[in-house]
Amino acid sequence: MAADPANLAYVRTEEAPLLPPPANEAGVRGWLIKNLFSSPLNSLLTILVGAFLIWLIWDTVKWGLFDAVWTGENREACTGEGVGACWPLIWDKFPQWMYGFYPIDQRWRPNLVFLIGGAALIPMLIPSVGGKLWNAMFLLIFFPLITIILLSGGHVNFLAQTYAAVIALLLLAAVIVPIAAFGLEDGLQRNRPGIILAAAALLVWLGGFLVDTPSISIGFARVNALPFFSMLLAFLAGVVSLKVALADNSGAGRSALKGWALIAGGLLLAMLLLDIDFGLEPVETSQWGGLLVTLVVAVTGIVASLPIGILLALGRRSKMPVVRMFSIVFIEIWRGVPLITVLFMSSVMLPLFLPEGVNFDKLLRALVGVALFSSAYMAEVVRAGLQAIPRGQYEGAQALGLSYWQMMAKIILPQALKISIPNIVGNFISLFKDTTLVSIIGIFDLLGIVQAGLRDANWASAASAPTGYFTVALIFWVFCFGMSRYSMFIERRLATGHKR
Amino acid sequence: MAEPARKLEVGDEVAVQIVGMNKWYGEFHVLRDINLTVYKGERIVVCGPSGSGKSTLIRCINRLEEHQAGKIIVDGIELTNDVKRIDEVRREVGMVFQHFNLFPHLTVLENLTLAPMWVRKMPKAEAEEVAMTYLTRVKIPEQAKKYPGQLSGGQQQRVAIARALCMNPRIMLFDEPTSALDPEMIKEVLDVMVDLAQTGMTMLCVTHEMGFARQVANRVIFMDQGQIIEQNSPVEFFTNPKSDRTKLFLSQILH
Ligand SMILES: Nc1ncnc2c1ncn2[C@@H]1O[C@H](COP(=O)(O)OP(=O)(O)O)[C@@H](O)[C@H]1O
Ligand SMILES: [Mg+2]
Repeated sequence: MAADPANLAYVRTEEAPLLPPPANEAGVRGWLIKNLFSSPLNSLLTILVGAFLIWLIWDTVKWGLFDAVWTGENREACTGEGVGACWPLIWDKFPQWMYGFYPIDQRWRPNLVFLIGGAALIPMLIPSVGGKLWNAMFLLIFFPLITIILLSGGHVNFLAQTYAAVIALLLLAAVIVPIAAFGLEDGLQRNRPGIILAAAALLVWLGGFLVDTPSISIGFARVNALPFFSMLLAFLAGVVSLKVALADNSGAGRSALKGWALIAGGLLLAMLLLDIDFGLEPVETSQWGGLLVTLVVAVTGIVASLPIGILLALGRRSKMPVVRMFSIVFIEIWRGVPLITVLFMSSVMLPLFLPEGVNFDKLLRALVGVALFSSAYMAEVVRAGLQAIPRGQYEGAQALGLSYWQMMAKIILPQALKISIPNIVGNFISLFKDTTLVSIIGIFDLLGIVQAGLRDANWASAASAPTGYFTVALIFWVFCFGMSRYSMFIERRLATGHKR
Repeated sequence: MAEPARKLEVGDEVAVQIVGMNKWYGEFHVLRDINLTVYKGERIVVCGPSGSGKSTLIRCINRLEEHQAGKIIVDGIELTNDVKRIDEVRREVGMVFQHFNLFPHLTVLENLTLAPMWVRKMPKAEAEEVAMTYLTRVKIPEQAKKYPGQLSGGQQQRVAIARALCMNPRIMLFDEPTSALDPEMIKEVLDVMVDLAQTGMTMLCVTHEMGFARQVANRVIFMDQGQIIEQNSPVEFFTNPKSDRTKLFLSQILH
C-alpha cells in the first residue's frame, strides 16, 4: 500500500503485523555472518586469525600439559630432549615466590595478613553488602596497622624525641583548626598569636640546621637547645590556637577541634600500637619478598595514590594561586621523572638529604616514592574526569548553598570518578606491573624472586626459564585481568540509573 | 485573558535591592548601571533579546556571577567577597535553570534531600518528608525513586523547582525555565510556577512566556544591551510600551 505521490492523502486501514527479525539478524547463523563472515575480506581474516590462534593454543597446551614434566627433585627431571614445562621447579620454589626469604616458621604472619585482607576486601567489592563506611575504615586505617605489626613484628621502639617531635608537629598543625572553622581571613584574624608562635617555631627549627647550638640539660636528659625551644614554641602555638577554636560557641570551632583531636589521637594511638611489644619475632623488610612485597608495594601505591591524586587534581583546578601552583609543580615534577629514577633517588639520594642518624627503611622509601609517583598520574586522570563535568552541575550545587567540599564530595567527585573508572583502574594496573621495577634497587618482588630462583644451579635447565616466566606472567595476568573485569562490572552497575 | 492581573498585596519589605550595579566580562561591559528594588511577594518577569544580560543579572543575585561595581543586597545581606554571606544568601535564594542542572547520579528524592540534609542539617526522615510534600505539589510523587535521566524534560524541570523549594527559600530565581522544553511540556511547568506565585513567593523570572507574564507578574522588566530599558505593569507593558526597543522586541516575540 505505497502512498500514491500524486495523491498524498492517506489513511492506514490495517495494522502492520509485528514480525520476528530476519534470519541474518538473529541466532547462531546470524551472529556468525554478522561478526565473522560479513564480507570476503572478513572471511579471509577470520580463517587466517583462527588458524593462527589454533596453532598458538595447541603449542601452548602441548608445552604446558603433554610435554611437561610433573614430578622431580631437581634439574635431572627436566633436562631431556623436547621437554616442555618444568613444573617441579614451581612446586619447589612456590613458597619462596609467595614470601621471599621470610622465615619459614613465621609464614603464618603473612598468611594471616592475606586472610584478613581478603576477608575485608571481598565484602568491600560486593556492592550489595552493607556497612561500606566501616569496611573502608577498617581497610584504610586498621588493616595497614595490623599488616605492619604482623609483618615486621611491631615493637618499633620509638625514641622519646620522636614522640616529642610528633606531638609538637600535631600541635603546630593545630594552627589550621581556627582557619578550618572560621575560614581563611577570619581564622587568621582571630588566631594572630598562634600563627606568630607557629612561624617562630618553624624559624627556630630551621635555625637549628644552620648553627650548632650547645646542648642544655632539662633535668632528665640533655637536648639540643634550638630544637628544644622550637618544640616549646610549637606547643604554645598549638595551645593558643586550640583555645581560640574553643572560645567560639557557634559550634564550628568545636567541630574543627574534634576533627583535629581525632586525627592527633589516632596518630598517637597508632604510634603506641606500633611501639608495643606483642612478642612477635622481628622480621627485617629485607627478608620480605615475592608476591608479598609486590602486593605491599602495589596496594600501598593504589590506596595512597587515589586520595592524594584527588586532592592534587582539585588543587590544580583551585582558584587559590598558591594551591594551584603547588599542585602543578608537584604533578609535573613527578610526571617528568621515570619511576626507575624515582626508585634510585629514594634508595641512594634521599639518605644524603636526611640528617645523620635518621634512617628510613629501604622498602618504606620505595613505598613513598611509588605512592607519590602514582599520585601525580592519578591527579591527571581525575582532572580529566573533573573537566568532563558540565558547569551546570557546579552551579546547581552552589545555588543550593552547598559548600565547596560538600559540592565536591557529593556532586562533582562521584560523577567525575565514575567516568574516570576505566582510566583509574588502568593506572592501578600499570602501577601493579610497574612494581616489578623495585627489584632494581634490591627489593625482591615477585619477578625479582623468580629471577633469583632461576639462577639456582639445582634447577638449571633449558626448560626452567620459560616455565618460571610463564608462571609469573600468569600470576600478574590474573591480578590485572581481575581488576579490569571488576572495573567493567562496577562501570555497568553505576551506569544503570542514568540510561535514558 | 480570562483572569485579570491580580491585585497585589506587596509589602514594603525589600527582598532584593540592586543599586548602581555594573559588571564586566573582561573588557565587555555586560551589565550597565542596574538599579532594581524587588519587594517581598513581588513577581517580576525579566525579558529582552538574547545576549541582553538577563541571565547574568539574575545570576548576580545569588552570586553565581560576581559584580564589580555597585551594591546588591539580598534579604538584608550585602553580597561581597565574604564566603559566609554568600552561603547565607544562597540558602535563602532558590534557583531554577534552563537546563535543570539536576544531579544525574542521585535519585529524584536524593536530589531533593541533599541540600536540606547537608546545608540545613535536617534529619533524613524529615528531609524526605519535606521532599515528598514538594514532589506532590509539583505532581510527581510517584517518580521519587527514579533517576533524572529516566524523566521527561518537563518532569525534570518540576523536580528542579521542587529541589529549590525544599530549602524553603524566600526568593526564587528562574532562568528561562521552559526554553529547553518541548511545547507540550511547557504548560506543566508553567502551571507549577503559577501555583507557586499564588503562595506569595517572591519570584524573579527570566522568560519569554508572555501569557505567564500577563497572568502572574506584577512587573515586567525589559532589558537590552545590559541595561534595564523599561519596566511597567504587565498590562501597560504589553499594551502601551514606551520605548522603541521594547516595541520592536514585542513585535518580534508576539508574532
Ligand atoms: N562567562 C562569560 N564570559 C564572557 N562573556 C559572557 C559570559 N557569559 C555571558 N557572556 C556574554 O554576556 C552577554 C549577556 O549574556 P547573558 O546574560 O547570558 O544574556 P541573556 O541571558 O540575556 O541571553 C552575552 O553577550 C554573552 O555572550
Ligand atoms: Mg540567558
